[in-house]
Amino acid sequence: MPLRLEMRLERSRRLEYLVPVLSVLLALAVSGLLLLMTGTNPLTAYGEMFSEAFGTSYGFAEVLVKATPLILCGLGVMLAFKMLFWNIGAEGQLHMGAWGATAVVMTGWDGSPWLMVPAMVVAGMICGAIWALIPAFLKVQLNCNEIITTLLLNYVAILWVAHFIYGPWKDPESFGFPMTKQFPDGAQLLRFGDSRVHLGLVFALLAAVVLYFLQEKSRWGFEIAVTGNNPTAAEYAGMNSRRNILLVMAISGGLAGLAGMSEIAGIQLKLLKDISPHAAPYGYTAIIIAWLARRNPWGVVLVSVLMGGLYVGGETVQITMKLPVNFVLIIQALILFFVLGGDILSRYKLVYRREAPIGG
Amino acid sequence: MFRFWKVSASAGAALLLVFVGALLVACGGAEEEGAEERAAEEAAPVRAAFVYVSPVGDAGWTLAHDRGRQAIDALPFVETAYTESVPEGAEAERTINQYVRNGYNLIFTTSFGYMDPTINVAATAPDVTFMHCSGFKVADNVGTYFGRMYQPRYLSGIVAGMMTESNIIGYVAAHPIPEVIRGINAFALGARSVNPEAEVRVIWTQTWFDPAKEREAAESLLDVGADVIAQHQDTPGPQQAAEERGKFSIGYNEDMSSFAPAAHLTAPIWDWSVIYERVANEVNDGTWSSYQYWGGLEDGVVGLAPFNDAVPQEVRDAVEAKRAMIASGEWDVFTGPINDQDGNEIVAEGVTMSDGDMLGMRFFVEGVVGTIPESE
Repeated sequence: MPLRLEMRLERSRRLEYLVPVLSVLLALAVSGLLLLMTGTNPLTAYGEMFSEAFGTSYGFAEVLVKATPLILCGLGVMLAFKMLFWNIGAEGQLHMGAWGATAVVMTGWDGSPWLMVPAMVVAGMICGAIWALIPAFLKVQLNCNEIITTLLLNYVAILWVAHFIYGPWKDPESFGFPMTKQFPDGAQLLRFGDSRVHLGLVFALLAAVVLYFLQEKSRWGFEIAVTGNNPTAAEYAGMNSRRNILLVMAISGGLAGLAGMSEIAGIQLKLLKDISPHAAPYGYTAIIIAWLARRNPWGVVLVSVLMGGLYVGGETVQITMKLPVNFVLIIQALILFFVLGGDILSRYKLVYRREAPIGG
Repeated sequence: MFRFWKVSASAGAALLLVFVGALLVACGGAEEEGAEERAAEEAAPVRAAFVYVSPVGDAGWTLAHDRGRQAIDALPFVETAYTESVPEGAEAERTINQYVRNGYNLIFTTSFGYMDPTINVAATAPDVTFMHCSGFKVADNVGTYFGRMYQPRYLSGIVAGMMTESNIIGYVAAHPIPEVIRGINAFALGARSVNPEAEVRVIWTQTWFDPAKEREAAESLLDVGADVIAQHQDTPGPQQAAEERGKFSIGYNEDMSSFAPAAHLTAPIWDWSVIYERVANEVNDGTWSSYQYWGGLEDGVVGLAPFNDAVPQEVRDAVEAKRAMIASGEWDVFTGPINDQDGNEIVAEGVTMSDGDMLGMRFFVEGVVGTIPESE
């Protein structure tokens, strides 16, 4: 095979930012071709998606509602990826966060939001963090592959939640349907104006600010980056990478847990089965977001809002142009496909060789 | 290094240009057509929207609703639209709201989990008519509709009870909610009305739509000797399992015989066009006002799929006799004496259970082997 991949000696900084932009555009172009094949005008479809999601106040509010859990999960995943810890478990950590927050409500407490909401935030973050610390601990002690452990724990968390809403926490007046009672007023997050945008968005933006300073301005952030880029060098420099893995995963899981807490206390107002949409779950979409965002907290915020727009706009074109539901999922998958492909090209170069390689 | 970047970037840009160019060229014609079509549609006085919980291609629940939608779409004064795979819970509010914002004046929400979202959006849209399938909350502009599926379930139980040789009938159950429990009980009552030796073994999958899991559940029932498999999910997985083992099966929602031509004996099925046509006409005439519809065999909103050739005439006759009794209102399925699994009398002889008791049903009748997962 005369075509070969060769590692680039230095990575182009420009390419680093060009790849995500290009991959989004290419994904839109390829899905546009698919739309054309079904007889739909892709420019009209994209125009309609964009104007509904970003051109109306109702649409944009809903975009922010969608973006809230995505930002929180995306930040958590991003931080873990920064030190090359492949946390695929945001979905499970989100469910455990939702469970922890609900546990506070299920004590029967019906108090002031000034006390209940902080308690739910703390409970949600702790539960998410514990769920993330299990694979972190297994990695540190036994060198278990975290991709597998974090992924499998997602199913455990989802079943854990299911057990409670089918059993002890089920609302006796729900005719047997698996859901808790609606949360009391004190356990509901403040909403802004007439919209469904809630306090969770403030949590998400605060988290982005904190992570930015941790990552870019602190010594610890530097350690994380070094450990991610070159674990051996980090060890030689006397950095405690075991401790850092545990810390990073506690924060990562805590953020996903906060996403779960804010989604049920801000939007669902009860614990039920589908707290994360099963077509494109928040915890998995966060992985795409972290990649696209180039491990930059502001990037996570920006990409989450764009993803939110893709959902809300996608729902609109389902209604107005009768496009199938899978259309948005195809765009999402294509974006990830091109980002990963582009990443390879930015790290390696494609070389055409006439002569056979030595020894080959 | 830099040169290579330049090359690949310009190649990328060129590729992009080609794509965009191709799109632009191809778009010219489509534009006017679309506008015309939309203008024509806006003239329809009834714009009906459907919110679906699974894809139209699920071969079950949503497909049955979509057939109903197609039936009213054919009416001259109706135009329809639908959204598939809408998550249950608060997420659905946005979808329902978008239909309101796009000028739809009749919205059908076709799963239980849309109950609160439907009520919430309806409160902000008093001029829009909402019909929620299978729920119990109503408002001035929100009605509910459902069918007495337990009636054809009972009839399919007669078929299973007469066809079984091992006297073990498998039932792959979805979620432990009253609707599903009612179906299992009706099925068991039907089977044991013709075969007192028959038992109905239940496995819960806790899914509505998981082809692999539902199929596995059916396989484990076949392993313990079941020779007829019934189901309450929206996929044909259990049917295929029965077909492969050369046993019989009873479908659900839709005629599933194309998935299991030899096994599929019949199926209790929905015909939603009955209620959809009625509501569309009422909204068109301006005569609609909120109500709760729970129709049965007499309306045709529920029924039985055509019998397999393997079903002998005596079985068909037995089914027909009971069907006539139910449809005429002479007798209904949950008429005593009915005992629970432990032999305690729940419904006395000659007494018929009330709709309220049926809607909240939480026990298994005698002859059902299995437990209702519950801990309250």
